[in-house]
Amino acid sequence: MESILLPTLEPAAVRVPVAPAVAPPAATATAAGADPIIRVRGVVRDFGAVRAVDGVDLAVKSGELFGLIGHNGAGKSTLFRMMLGLLAPSSGEIEIDGCRSSARAFRDVRRRIGFLPENVVLYDNLSALETLQFFARLKGVPAHACAALLERVGLEACGRRRVREFSKGMRQRLGFAQAMLGDPRLLFLDEPTSGLDPEAIRRFYATLRELRADGVTVVLSSHILAEIQERVDRLAVIARGRVQAIGSVAELRDRADLPIRFEVRVAAAHFAAVRDALGHLPVLSIEARDGHVAVQCRKDAKLAVIAALARLGELIQDISVREPSLEDVFFGISE
Amino acid sequence: MMLEPGQIAAIAGKEFRDRIRNRWVLAVALVFTAFALVIAYFGAAQQGAVGFASIEVTIASLVSLVIYLIPLIALILGFDAIVGERERGSLDLLLSMPITRLELLLGKYLGLATALALSTVAGFGLVGMMLLTEFDFNALFHYAGFVLTSVLLGMSFLSMAIAVSVFAADRTRASGLAIALWFFFVLVFDLLLLGALVATGGRTGGEILPWLMLANPADVFRVLNVFSLDEVRSLYGLSTVFPEGLAAPWKLALVMVLWIVAPLAVAAHGFER
Repeated sequence: MESILLPTLEPAAVRVPVAPAVAPPAATATAAGADPIIRVRGVVRDFGAVRAVDGVDLAVKSGELFGLIGHNGAGKSTLFRMMLGLLAPSSGEIEIDGCRSSARAFRDVRRRIGFLPENVVLYDNLSALETLQFFARLKGVPAHACAALLERVGLEACGRRRVREFSKGMRQRLGFAQAMLGDPRLLFLDEPTSGLDPEAIRRFYATLRELRADGVTVVLSSHILAEIQERVDRLAVIARGRVQAIGSVAELRDRADLPIRFEVRVAAAHFAAVRDALGHLPVLSIEARDGHVAVQCRKDAKLAVIAALARLGELIQDISVREPSLEDVFFGISE
Repeated sequence: MMLEPGQIAAIAGKEFRDRIRNRWVLAVALVFTAFALVIAYFGAAQQGAVGFASIEVTIASLVSLVIYLIPLIALILGFDAIVGERERGSLDLLLSMPITRLELLLGKYLGLATALALSTVAGFGLVGMMLLTEFDFNALFHYAGFVLTSVLLGMSFLSMAIAVSVFAADRTRASGLAIALWFFFVLVFDLLLLGALVATGGRTGGEILPWLMLANPADVFRVLNVFSLDEVRSLYGLSTVFPEGLAAPWKLALVMVLWIVAPLAVAAHGFER
């Protein structure tokens, strides 16, 4: 698992050479593509004696859908706050759209940024429409844009209702509508799907796809990997305030090189036959279980294992193959 | 640094509307009206008379009421302006907008100040209109001065409240700090001055006493209202301590304005960091 121990390597080395066969062409194109819209260099942030962010380097390209993955307290939200210029880094620098986030001129960059904070808190005494109108005014967006945004997040029937009466999911959707005010070029979404039901999550990602098609750059964070792994172009795994790995899902999976697991369903009498058939192959483990044999091997031995099992013919009742999930990759990297 | 009035107005508008909608303005105005009416009619009871006595006595009584009430109301109104947003978790979203911290702070202040000023003017204005038949032009002038200085008094303590809301770590501490400020300026300060004067036998400190009173907006307010009224002036015997050079109303009003600007400036400086 030496390839997982990326944190000890310097940032440049994090962009490990990628196996061309596995990396989708799109991913390599973005990695080498246009000027990044977000550039984070050597950013450190201390809170007293606690180092929340510990030397982060990131570059997000324009139009990219970028995921930040990490446990609670990994430093994601602190990173968001620094990228938004709400918090100054202790050292290092952050440029958004070519402007330092600490610069006076960053105010104008904010007009093109949408932000959905983690567990968004809105004003209970305002209605949904009034909430949007308040933020629209601050962003210099005409008030008539608000109704359309409510519709976009499925709250068109609740525009006159006070936020006080809203469920967590409804607040989250209203917060998302707020983030989309003024057609921002860049969206920061901190745990955007927390509190949403499955239908609302589906709708959220559909909207995200539309935004992406319009060329909006999106940075979203999550600790639920299964949800975002098929949806982001690239992601960074954050743990203990550092970027532990960065790349497309395929690249990360590749780099982690976690074992593939086979479940070979055979009658107990044929366990030995399976063991013999695989004996000469570089498998990691073969274990007899209740009604099946569990086999683990590296990715490069996968085809050989399948071929060997196929030669056993009708002895085998069934084979299921379990690829390492991003969850496994993530835990492998961040633990 | 460039300030965008539109951004300040957006924040101020929300704060003001919030206070109108939750009937804060109405409630405070009614409190002022009720107290002022009671005082106007029974304020002279100590002198053995009931009913509207004179503008001088009425204002003197109102001053003693307002000096307790308005600082308290202003401090309660403003103490959670910033710390409340921070604690609830809405501050980050606000600051992610194209708005500077100074604009946010000024917007908060102006919105709350407008609400407080409206309550004050409406509450005491109503009573003023009821007493209109009793007033001559001179009385009206004094009463208007009283209302105006009451507004200034509220603004100055609101300014301190905003500073508290910037520096306090949480709402609980902010409320404690606000009450402590009220205690100090309204209850303790004068006692300290008096104590110092008595302790030194009145020999020393006599000249610096008026200057020390400028260090308390509540005292400035009292002096402003008392000194404009000759009758009350001799009643209080203050003319002996207060030098003529300082007694000009506009100078004292300027001190009040300083008491509005200074805490706000400190708050703005603290909020930027």
